[in-house]
Amino acid sequence: MNGNSKGSTGVAERSMGYGLRALNWLAGSDLLDRIRVRKQVERALFQGTKGGFRSATAAGRTFKAAQKLTRPARQATGKPRSLFDISPDDEQEMFQEAVRDFAGAKVRPAAQEADAERTIPPELLAQANELGINMLGIPEELGGVMHEQAATTAALVGEALAHGDMGIAYAALAPGAVATAIGHWGTAEQEATYLPAFSGEDLPVAALALLEPRPLFDPLKLETTARRDGEDWVLDGAKALVARATECELFLVAAEAEGKGPALFVIESGASGLSVQDEPAMGLRPAATGRLLLDGVRLPGTALLGEGKREDYVECVHRARIAWCSLAVGASQAVLDYVIPYVNERTAFGEPVSNRQAVAFGVSDIGIESDGMRLATYRAASRADQGQDFDREAALARKLCAAKGMEIGSEGVQLLGGHGFVKEHPVERWYRDLRAAGVMEGALLV
Amino acid sequence: MINLEIPKKFKPLASQANQVATEVFRPISRKYDEAEHSYPKELDMLASLIDGMNEGSDIGGAGAAGVRRESNDNGDGGNRNGSNLSTVLGIIELCWGDVGLLLSMPRQGLGNSAIASVATEEQLERYGGKWAAMAITEPEAGSDSAAIRTTAKLDGEEYVLNGEKIFVTSGDRADLIVVWASLDPSKGRAAIKSFIVERDNPGLKLDRLEHKLGIRASDTANFTLQDCRVPKEALLGSSEVEDKQGFGGAMQTFDNTRPLVAAMAVGVARASLERARECLAEAGVEIDYALPALSQPAAVSRYLEMEADYEAARLLTLQAAWMADNGKPNSLQASMAKAKAGRTCVDVALGCVELCGAVGYGEDELLEKWARDAKILDIFEGTQQIQLLIVARQLLGKSSAELR
Repeated sequence: MNGNSKGSTGVAERSMGYGLRALNWLAGSDLLDRIRVRKQVERALFQGTKGGFRSATAAGRTFKAAQKLTRPARQATGKPRSLFDISPDDEQEMFQEAVRDFAGAKVRPAAQEADAERTIPPELLAQANELGINMLGIPEELGGVMHEQAATTAALVGEALAHGDMGIAYAALAPGAVATAIGHWGTAEQEATYLPAFSGEDLPVAALALLEPRPLFDPLKLETTARRDGEDWVLDGAKALVARATECELFLVAAEAEGKGPALFVIESGASGLSVQDEPAMGLRPAATGRLLLDGVRLPGTALLGEGKREDYVECVHRARIAWCSLAVGASQAVLDYVIPYVNERTAFGEPVSNRQAVAFGVSDIGIESDGMRLATYRAASRADQGQDFDREAALARKLCAAKGMEIGSEGVQLLGGHGFVKEHPVERWYRDLRAAGVMEGALLV
Repeated sequence: MINLEIPKKFKPLASQANQVATEVFRPISRKYDEAEHSYPKELDMLASLIDGMNEGSDIGGAGAAGVRRESNDNGDGGNRNGSNLSTVLGIIELCWGDVGLLLSMPRQGLGNSAIASVATEEQLERYGGKWAAMAITEPEAGSDSAAIRTTAKLDGEEYVLNGEKIFVTSGDRADLIVVWASLDPSKGRAAIKSFIVERDNPGLKLDRLEHKLGIRASDTANFTLQDCRVPKEALLGSSEVEDKQGFGGAMQTFDNTRPLVAAMAVGVARASLERARECLAEAGVEIDYALPALSQPAAVSRYLEMEADYEAARLLTLQAAWMADNGKPNSLQASMAKAKAGRTCVDVALGCVELCGAVGYGEDELLEKWARDAKILDIFEGTQQIQLLIVARQLLGKSSAELR
């Protein structure tokens, strides 16, 4: 147990207690046997708990290749499914239920304070991680639990967690994006060096940084550059709205690589020329967003993720869009679930305001559009899992979630009137958070 | 296992329907838009073909055959893709061709849906194979179907119908009209029943055919029922005046047909989007899904916005059909699909006209026709407002008395 975080013993004990409760709940549930995934779940919990719980605070850990792989390990692509189906499979349902429970019991109650303080209790993040949410993109050979690609499962997890809180979901899922990227596109050496930490006892704080601080940002036309200097790369530029930037131990940074096009680079914190500035924003405040500055950051040739292929990078952009859609879907559902009892209970002119069509139709539209967002997101994710093209589907889901997510955020406040504008109710937070779905690029992956 | 792609087993059906749309509907689309009220005789042969397709398969043609609710129990307790989904997929393709012509397809009327959904074996025997239209709306009662004034009085072994019906799709061409009438207007919706009236019944008088904004290939008839006598056996469903159940049963037809109208809207929207995309390409504007919408020309951004709405409308429609196939209650999702598809279809079709400018507005292209056809899809089978009302009542847990 690490002793450098405040009150760590108590924290660790509570965390462990929660872990055991979760374990108990899962072990006692016949769900697991019915769905024949007990082994995977037990393994996920074992991986998550074998070292107890530590809040990752210390920067500058050393990542070392733990094993030698001759070629990169990859999750298999799922077989094309023959039937149309909207129900999650048993394994997906299990993740969804576990995360949903956690989001309701732990995330939502912590959301308001996390938003105000711009920080999340480390034990909450540890508990979230314990559910296996950051391991979905890690190949089995390197400690992962999913044999096949799991974009759909990741989308379900993102949705369920963001129903609790979108900003906490961003912070909790950000390290997983780095693991997924390395698991999908990294070299054998990069996988062996970094991935064990993500399935191990002490999750590194990590961030996938694409977004740059400028209007009309285009992830395919990066202003951050990676210049060749002999065998080395030298990076310059700035990355915006990085989750927990000051705590990050590992970054994957998108830069225009000389002679290659846009590509990702693995950068460990502490690299010379790397600095972080606080960058508070309208929403996603629990994630303590910061700006990452790169000033002549010199990296070895091996820092380029994988082979630096353009199509890998483009796929990364699209997978990130699906992930943000899933968060928007969860937050939109949260708005719907919150406004329904409110408008039913609030009276005006002698009856519940929901007896009026002008109010009721607002609720209808939230229901209709959030369901459409959900289906579009699921479709894109499921195509990714089946190895089908999903550029179009990801782009459409993003367009939809950006536009309707924003409208839903706004309607949520509107339906509460003045009460929606004050911090007593969470709708003003969702208003701020939901705008992010149209702004963020990268940062999360399915 | 989540998969929102068209199942492999329905791809031949979708492709067949697309061929019909391409080879039969599109070439005569403009002709019957101009020649309003003349019967598209080209459809006779096609209708026979579709009857053949419906026979003994779970592939629905234009939707009239496939609205019986599937039982939840399909042996393995697993996922089912059945006639609701296949019907919706077929309709999307056919309406990509021409929605007016689909509505004119012999033996594929809304009345056929009602008969297929609630008829007894005897009635099926007697009325099967005929073309049935549906007469609900009256001059003073549209969305408020419970307010209809047409009456049905039992006289010996016959019912005697009196009243006025308007907006009867295929009313002039059909063999049968399913007429909604009240057994006792003082008892409200519980007394409303539907009756099968033969088109050549002397008590059923055609007043006129409407001239319309769109779907001009489809005839829309207005009738007067004057001492129109039908046999007792012409009543569909139970003759008991029970509380709500009778009316609920009649309204249940709409739970089944709403996804079908949503599918029509999806088909029209896709036709507009595809043609507009070709026109934009000719003008040198290409859609790039990897670039952010806002980094591309305004036309692309607008296009993507419409296509995203289309995607949502399409998936909501497939969802409603899939739920029906799997015996899940889908009244909420059916109305969500109809609401989203109806408004999207209008926005998309009109938006594509704008994107294509004079080319889209002129009659050389079908874009302007689709934009005129689109509007009815946000109106019939329950207007946008009615769908929002149904969705709201379900989400808020309100009765029709509380949320009116």
